[in-house]
Amino acid sequence: MAGIGVFLVLAVASIAAPWLWPVDPLAQELTNRLRPPVWLGGDWMHPLGTDDLGRDMLSRLLHGGRVSLLIGLSATVISGIIGSALGLIAGYFRGRADSVIMFLINARLSMPLILIALVVVSLAGSSLQMVILVLGFLLWDRFAVVVRAATLQVRGQEFVLAAQVAGASSTRILWSEILPNVFGPLVVVATLEMAHAILLEAALSFLGLGVQPPTPSWGLMVAEGKKHLLFSSWMINIPGFAIFALVLSINLIGDGIRDIAAPDGRH
Amino acid sequence: MALLDVDSLSVTLPVAQGDLLAVRDVSFSIERGETLCLVGESGCGKSLTAAALLGLLPRNARMRSQRMQFEGANLADSDVIRGLRGRRIAAVFQDPMTSLNPSYTVGEQLTEGMRHHLRLSSSAARNKALGLLERVGIPSPAQRYRQYPHQLSGGLRQRVTIAMALACDPDLIIADEPTTALDVTVQAQVLRLLLELQSQSGMALLLITHDLSVVAQMSHRTAVMYAGELVESGATADVMRAPRHPYTRALIDCLPRHGVEKLGTIPGLVPTVLDSPSSCVFADRCRHTRIDCTTAPAPVRGDGTHLWRCIL
Amino acid sequence: MTALILRRLLLSALVALTVSIVVFGVLRLSGDLAITLAGERASEAVIQEIRIQYGLDRSLPVQYAAWLGDLLRGDFGNSYYTNEPVGQLLADKLPITATLGLAAIVLAIAVAVPLGVAAAVWPNTWIDRACQGLALIGQAMPAFWLSLLLMLLFAVQLRWLPVSGTGTWKHFVMPTLALSTYAIPAIMRLTRGGMIEVLQSDYVRMARAKGLPGRTVVFKHALRNALLPVVALTAVQLGFMLGGSVVIESVFALQGVGYLAWESILRNDFIVVQAIVLMLSLFYVLLTFLADLVNAWLDPRLRAH
Repeated sequence: MAGIGVFLVLAVASIAAPWLWPVDPLAQELTNRLRPPVWLGGDWMHPLGTDDLGRDMLSRLLHGGRVSLLIGLSATVISGIIGSALGLIAGYFRGRADSVIMFLINARLSMPLILIALVVVSLAGSSLQMVILVLGFLLWDRFAVVVRAATLQVRGQEFVLAAQVAGASSTRILWSEILPNVFGPLVVVATLEMAHAILLEAALSFLGLGVQPPTPSWGLMVAEGKKHLLFSSWMINIPGFAIFALVLSINLIGDGIRDIAAPDGRH
Repeated sequence: MALLDVDSLSVTLPVAQGDLLAVRDVSFSIERGETLCLVGESGCGKSLTAAALLGLLPRNARMRSQRMQFEGANLADSDVIRGLRGRRIAAVFQDPMTSLNPSYTVGEQLTEGMRHHLRLSSSAARNKALGLLERVGIPSPAQRYRQYPHQLSGGLRQRVTIAMALACDPDLIIADEPTTALDVTVQAQVLRLLLELQSQSGMALLLITHDLSVVAQMSHRTAVMYAGELVESGATADVMRAPRHPYTRALIDCLPRHGVEKLGTIPGLVPTVLDSPSSCVFADRCRHTRIDCTTAPAPVRGDGTHLWRCIL
Repeated sequence: MTALILRRLLLSALVALTVSIVVFGVLRLSGDLAITLAGERASEAVIQEIRIQYGLDRSLPVQYAAWLGDLLRGDFGNSYYTNEPVGQLLADKLPITATLGLAAIVLAIAVAVPLGVAAAVWPNTWIDRACQGLALIGQAMPAFWLSLLLMLLFAVQLRWLPVSGTGTWKHFVMPTLALSTYAIPAIMRLTRGGMIEVLQSDYVRMARAKGLPGRTVVFKHALRNALLPVVALTAVQLGFMLGGSVVIESVFALQGVGYLAWESILRNDFIVVQAIVLMLSLFYVLLTFLADLVNAWLDPRLRAH
């Protein structure tokens, strides 16, 4: 529940960034470089300090949050659609389709995520959209596994049999009978994968192959701060902690949903 | 001194609606070499009583007793019961499918108790185990010794469990519905086996069951439980031939008998008692209920060793 | 049993083949390789030359077949950047990453399994809550940030360890710590969950009823059965960790395969990247295959079938 609170704070703050703290995250003030945050001696003009190009950290933090949320959400939606579709098909039709899809999942699992993402991004050009696409097309496996398992459970139930007997088409059954009933586990996986996507984007940006400067991204901010590790460690710690807090809050929400949906404590 | 002496045992389980008094003021005793059958429907608290004796109650359960002694030693003390379990008091549970660890061989599970309690060497334990397997009537013991539980049938598995219970020559075996999960034909065999072993070794047996027909064949004394209370106890002959509690009478009526077309039934459901009862627990299902039955708990009346909890 | 093994083997081989196709495809299809190699401002003639030089003008299936053929002969090609044989490059760097990976997984198991067992044996106590908290933190922590924090603490403030680089065993300490956090949360949760379930089983009750000491009940009877799914998970986690080694190695400048991969990507040395990705994938396939075998060996019920 704390998760929801933290998440809402971060999300609202990020989305409302331009109104909350109307400082341009891209505006460089080279005379004002590397100012420390308020609690280390800085002033309230720049509550979280400035980076090595004089840009305001708070503003960059808030805008970076927008980037993380945008990427996390979009990638999750894409991979969710792909994975759920595959999971539904595999779980409902079983047989050949199931074997093929399980095989695909295994093949996908065998591939090192970060490396593939890095390769594609470096070849196809790194940009916000590219990152979203790459992550969206790589993160579907857990969706598929969970939705498949849930579908297997649901398909044997009576209302599904009733619909089949009534002559409903498979598509219809999948859409109106099965999908609503696998929603619970689906939402839980979605939150976890969103967190996963955000972490991956941060890693990609940190390595220089994600969101490109000057667009602020928390991972990028950590990379930029690396040069000043010794004396200005807040530059890596503020964005780093932000990533941690956001991911943690999303995970907590996911756990919370899981507990509500299946309170018998399994898993 | 009785081998096992239980006085006023109560077990409370916290449930969603409050505290469930699953076992209330249960008292009984068992002498050496004696068989006591604890009979009742599912949910009457008989398994919990056994668990309480063995110190294996679930974590959140609370237990209270005036006295719970085995040869004078206090069973409520967890150190005491831990020392006695497997060695002087052994257990046989209902489902042989799940009572044996699937990852270890029959032999391994038979001998580990002996090696721990009796400090036997592996070879001595092995020999004893083979002997036990023979004693419980398992053919080709050497082969079975090496096998895994999933390779044995249900009846054989239960015999192995019994062998495990006998391993350290206990004075008391607590058998909780040992035949319920078995086929009917196998049930009779296993019960006969228990009887034989008991008379051979002179050990005591607390046999828990819901099946009255078992009771008649097996035990010296019988105690009947209903909704957490003992409603009648005494020598089996007395209880079976001249039952004094309406519940016991009704149970006996339910047994299929020669010449009786329609099986008796007891209308209603077993109540779950949340607070201390202020009336007889059986009152709402009894055929002979009177006003007094609903205003105060039923008194205990007796005729020698035959006791029952009823106004009548 | 042998039929099972053969089937598994065949499936694994198929997966490996699929991965090779994907790897090959990703590289060839994400953008024109020739342009990337030539540089964005190169003239059409130069680009065409590069195409011919690297065989990129042939049709895709032909390229794939040629590539596969080379691979099977052990020829991984030569680096676009240094022209060294890729195989040699990999062989040089592999021991570093292998050491890192092994150390990290061993550390992860050594930390996560005991904690998971403790959390299950004493549920809802401070131990349990601490373990769950640890798992949550581990899962939310970005590895690169953690690495930098470790650097800050151990190398800068305490000066116990070197900041970065490769060379002595000391250079491996922080990377191992950081990498193990990839696996610790999942292993711990699974161990805890499995143990809680097993501790409520009938055979554990039976073991207690036999008067066996608590230690024996927990470790001999419960853990043995609870650990089954953890074995498979560990193999999977090791595979993930190898992927994550890119980040860790680049932060600590640890000259292993991950670092090489990163460098190569930045230098557009895709032939090296291709080989590394393929190698890691094959290794993962091998790991899952071995995990299945170990599972079968551990569970007597599977052996018979």
